[in-house]
Amino acid sequence: MLPPDEPTAGITCSVNGQDIRTQVPLRRSLVDWLRHDVGLTGSHVGCEHGVCGACHVRVDGQVVRGCLMLAVQADGARIETIEGAADPLTLALQDAFFRHAALQCGFCTPGMILQAAELLAANPTPSRAEVREALSGNYCRCTGYQPIVDAVMAVSADMPARQA
Amino acid sequence: MTHIGQPLPRAATLRLVAGRGSYMDDVSARGELHAAFLRSPYPHAGFRITGTAAASALPGVVAVLTEADLAPVCQPWQTRTGSAPGMVSPTQRALAKDEACYQGEPIAMVLALSRAVAEDAAELIEVEWQELPAITNLAAALDADAPPAHQGLTSNLAWTTEMKGGDIDAAFAAAALVVEDRLTFTRSTGVTLEPRGVLAQYNPASQALEVRISHQMPHQLQRHLADLLGVSLARVRVICPDVGGGFGLKMHVYPDEIATCAAARLLGRPVRFVADRAEALLSDIHAREHIVDARMAVDAGGRILGFDVQDVQGLGAYSIFPRSSTTEGVSALRSLGAPYRFSAYRGRLRSVLQNKVPTGQYRSVGHPVGIAVAERLVDLAAAARGEDPLEFRRRNLVAEAEMPWVNPLGARMAELSHQQCLAKLEALLDLPTLRAEIATLRAAGRCIGLGFASIVEFTATGPEGYGRAGVLVAAVDTVVLSLEPSGEVTARASISEIGQGTTQGLAQVVADAFGVAPDQVLMGSGDTATTPHGGGAWASRGAAIGGEAAWGAGRKLRAEVLAAAAALLQCAPETLDISDGRIIDASGPRMTLAELAETVTFRGYELPAGVQPQLTVAHHYRREQDTALTTNGFQASLVEIDADTGIITPLRHWVVGDCGRLLNPLLVEGQVRGGVVQGIGEALFEACRYDETGQFLSGTLADYLLPMAGEMPDITVAHVETPYSGSVLGAKGAGEAGTAGAPGAILNAVNDALAQHGAAVSELPVTPGAILRALGRLP
Amino acid sequence: MKPARFDYARPATLAEALALLAQPEAAVLAGGQSLMPMMNLRVARPALLVDINRLPGLGEIRLAGGVLRIGALARHAEVLASPLVAQAAPLLPQALAQVAHAAIRNRGTLGGSLSLADPAAELPACMLALDATLVVASARGERRIPAGAFFHGLYSTALAADELLLAAELPAAAPGWRFAFLEVARRHGDFAMAGVALALGPNAARLALCGVEAGQRRQPAAEAALAAGDPAAAIAALASTDAMDGPDLPAAQRRHLAQVLLRRALAQLEAADAAA
Ligand SMILES: Cc1cc2nc3c(=O)[nH]c(=O)nc-3n(C[C@H](O)[C@H](O)[C@H](O)COP(=O)(O)OP(=O)(O)OC[C@H]3O[C@@H](n4cnc5c(N)ncnc54)[C@H](O)[C@@H]3O)c2cc1C
Ligand code: FES
Ligand code: FES
Repeated sequence: MLPPDEPTAGITCSVNGQDIRTQVPLRRSLVDWLRHDVGLTGSHVGCEHGVCGACHVRVDGQVVRGCLMLAVQADGARIETIEGAADPLTLALQDAFFRHAALQCGFCTPGMILQAAELLAANPTPSRAEVREALSGNYCRCTGYQPIVDAVMAVSADMPARQA
Repeated sequence: MTHIGQPLPRAATLRLVAGRGSYMDDVSARGELHAAFLRSPYPHAGFRITGTAAASALPGVVAVLTEADLAPVCQPWQTRTGSAPGMVSPTQRALAKDEACYQGEPIAMVLALSRAVAEDAAELIEVEWQELPAITNLAAALDADAPPAHQGLTSNLAWTTEMKGGDIDAAFAAAALVVEDRLTFTRSTGVTLEPRGVLAQYNPASQALEVRISHQMPHQLQRHLADLLGVSLARVRVICPDVGGGFGLKMHVYPDEIATCAAARLLGRPVRFVADRAEALLSDIHAREHIVDARMAVDAGGRILGFDVQDVQGLGAYSIFPRSSTTEGVSALRSLGAPYRFSAYRGRLRSVLQNKVPTGQYRSVGHPVGIAVAERLVDLAAAARGEDPLEFRRRNLVAEAEMPWVNPLGARMAELSHQQCLAKLEALLDLPTLRAEIATLRAAGRCIGLGFASIVEFTATGPEGYGRAGVLVAAVDTVVLSLEPSGEVTARASISEIGQGTTQGLAQVVADAFGVAPDQVLMGSGDTATTPHGGGAWASRGAAIGGEAAWGAGRKLRAEVLAAAAALLQCAPETLDISDGRIIDASGPRMTLAELAETVTFRGYELPAGVQPQLTVAHHYRREQDTALTTNGFQASLVEIDADTGIITPLRHWVVGDCGRLLNPLLVEGQVRGGVVQGIGEALFEACRYDETGQFLSGTLADYLLPMAGEMPDITVAHVETPYSGSVLGAKGAGEAGTAGAPGAILNAVNDALAQHGAAVSELPVTPGAILRALGRLP
Repeated sequence: MKPARFDYARPATLAEALALLAQPEAAVLAGGQSLMPMMNLRVARPALLVDINRLPGLGEIRLAGGVLRIGALARHAEVLASPLVAQAAPLLPQALAQVAHAAIRNRGTLGGSLSLADPAAELPACMLALDATLVVASARGERRIPAGAFFHGLYSTALAADELLLAAELPAAAPGWRFAFLEVARRHGDFAMAGVALALGPNAARLALCGVEAGQRRQPAAEAALAAGDPAAAIAALASTDAMDGPDLPAAQRRHLAQVLLRRALAQLEAADAAA
């Protein structure tokens, strides 16, 4: 619910393949809107000032901080969240994260996986150091990062580009 | 046992990788209000709220509440514990009254239709502040002219104790060598990625409170909510859904969370509060603020004679409720030197009030402090003797044959494997090769250091820990199992899951105890309405205590099921077994569990007269001996220092640990690695800093530096497995040892590197500036 | 941590954007990677956000007539990956690889970084070392400002409240010039504790620092020494920078780091020359 005088604007966009047309409060961040209004709670909020990466979502194919973009800026955009990301890389990463225990509490995981998928799409054969660098903007308090790197490397090893 | 010991991933994480978790903030209640707090901007100030009209008038604001509004529905509280008799900790309230004693202390709350509007309104509350002298600096807090942390106090000393045994003066008189150092530990904090948060609903008709909260121990909180809000305990339901990290941070009574529940009770409407990161850094417990002066006496043969230690510990404005912040100081002193043989100890603890947020139990409570101090002294002694630091340790570590070992402090340690762990570590490191590599690199001008830490950790605290102190913290646990008509087993445990994977370990235990595959066991936990009272998640207790309850329940259910099957099959129960979800005898499978459960549930008339199968069973476990279970291990760290910039890079890290029986090595190793990185954070990055006026400087994640993937090393983990002989499974605590040893290992590695340049550091975290100053590159 | 209220406009044309910027307390919203955190923390409270993300052509990267023109809305990731930039301004990718993290580089813009003028930011130093000219516009018209006159110190630039930065124009790297960007940060992607942006030509040099002084400027004394072929004197000259002071990072430490980095930058260029 919103107070009667909260400024809003209309937006039209697609979220996980579904077209949406709605009013959004001007000051609502993209991640808050996805979580509270659209009901997609897979993207998380860990800092709201751009440091932790828990809020990652894809906007027009690129991973961005969902806390640093306004929902109103998503007008006309194609948005994907972890719930809707169905590309083979993301699916492979989800499976590898599970098998390698690359998550404990899981709060960082959606943001981490989206970032890792973007890395592997651009560079299918990263070194461990490159994986660490690519994930350097995603905070994980639980795992110590090593199993996350292991999981990404495992997916990389299985990618067709590497076998070719 | 076919499933215990298997490296299976936690089944429930399949939901989490898909973004289908259910964390506290993932669910909302219809008609909910959002809370925002007005917090003290000053470390110490008197205040009077002079106007709330402007805030209340803002469209979307439903209520503006102060202490006076909450007082009728919410009691104040005060921390008292038999383990710190005479401790001074003033009364605390959900919203402060007249005096704010730390920056971030909540003084008023706004309830509004959105969090944004609640924040708008909080800015409009009019307050007359009268700044009071504040004491934040630990080193100065006990000075005669230090301002009191609370008005009316005559001293900031909250509590002091001396822990001693043996003849300390004789030990130092007899010493051939005395080494000493002062180590300073800067406050750090837990920074769970999911901040604290709560959604509270009160039904005035049924007088029932339902609280969905990111918390480690639902039952402990249930009790406090009942007491503080005057609701009957059985009518308080606490639900802890998926928890985005705990580490000890989410096990205390926080004023803002209590205020949220009180507001829900007052208004009869759902109220949500989710701490944002700035208020989390400001108001979550901090930990590990210590100044330790320590001396160690060594005889001519290089044997440790004793430790003489003075620890000044910062408590913040209150000793944390309910467990008391002093626990950390006591634990630091108890863990100091615990791996070693010595005959005398004197440790003086002074726990000090300050105008800062309270400190509290944070992963590996106190151990990182005690271990870093002792391991620093041990390295100093080895260096003074011109001896290899591992040889010095080998001589002084309590040997396996000497167990059980009771040290001069009266700390009892049993079934520890120091010598085996050391041998394993040496093999793991391939020390001769590693030392040669280090020598080559050093010859090429690189500043490389190798450091070690030996640890004992006191884990899985039993009933005597808090029970004797009169603190209402459960150390018992219960697992309830039901055989469902489908043949699956549902389990409900009073142990809670905060990401460590305990529930997976318990599922494997139930699977073996009962006779099904782990994926046939559905674990439930974290809800007072569906699980029996128990301890939740603290002190690495899930496997050691919860595991026993799970085993007992599994065996009970097995006996019930076999008796029922025998009655149906007209045979003796002893001839039957349960394997892979089927009831079998020597000839092979006789019926599936589903067939049995369906018969019992839907066609009870088929059973012979007098047979009443109990397909739901409970097992309750309390450990009868050993206040805590001791675990041990070794860590080694290899670091490189850029002597020009002062930047320290951890290159490799090794851990050998003995946490008794490994229920699940994959998850244990996850605990170890995560714990080590948390310890590296503490050693190299994390610091809660204040300016000279007491203003908090680490209020965002741009200022409070956390360990990130780019700087962390790969960590090699190996195990020695000495099962605890006092339980069926033999598991001990595994969740905190990584954090316990890493700061000491890193500090020693840094000092090993600096020693090549005749330099040393003794303050954590070690900053680049401290390195440059130590090296004489900076004034 | 929610922003205070604001109004929002998303102009479709430059003229419209400039008209909006003439309103009181209007702020440009580019990548939002600095402005949104400040708004969430309520340390920035603009009355009107002018979202320039849909302005056509504002993110273009062009190389023509020996001039590399990078539009203000070019994202860090685009500049980092651009072959034109690699060819004409090889200093920039060296620096950008150390700016923030991938997801932030996907949104953050050159114009945003230059307009913000954070003393620790890499890109302002690069503009100085690359002798950039900044093109700005308002409803009153267009201006071209040399980098040296654009930066006015801590979070302060020559931009008037109603002005929009349109582009940076950089002379394409001339033959014989070599470039090095080095920095020290606590963690990967953090703002620099100190950084050097160095362009070294035949008997000429341009040097700027980040994270050291509050203001962004070139270091004429060090440049002169470098041009004269006296690296030791250049390094020594950095001892008298007007470094920022603070409890965590004292001025002496920043100066020391600047000197270390310049020494390393020169060694790196020398090693590259030797290899070539
Ligand atoms: C975690 C984190 C780490 C970071 N690390 C670094 C780092 O290491 N180095 C670094 O340099 N940066 C870093 N940044 C900042 C990042 O590079 C920003 O993208 C950049 O500083 C600002 O660019 P922006 O497009 O996001 O600008 P915005 O945030 O949109 O705007 C910044 C300011 O510039 C104004 N502005 C923007 N564009 C224009 C224009 N065209 N004309 C006039 N005014 C304009 C805005 O009004 C605002 O005042 C980091 C950010 C985060 C969140
Ligand atoms: S919540 Fe967006 S980066 Fe932390
Ligand atoms: S798994 Fe908990 S923060 Fe990464």
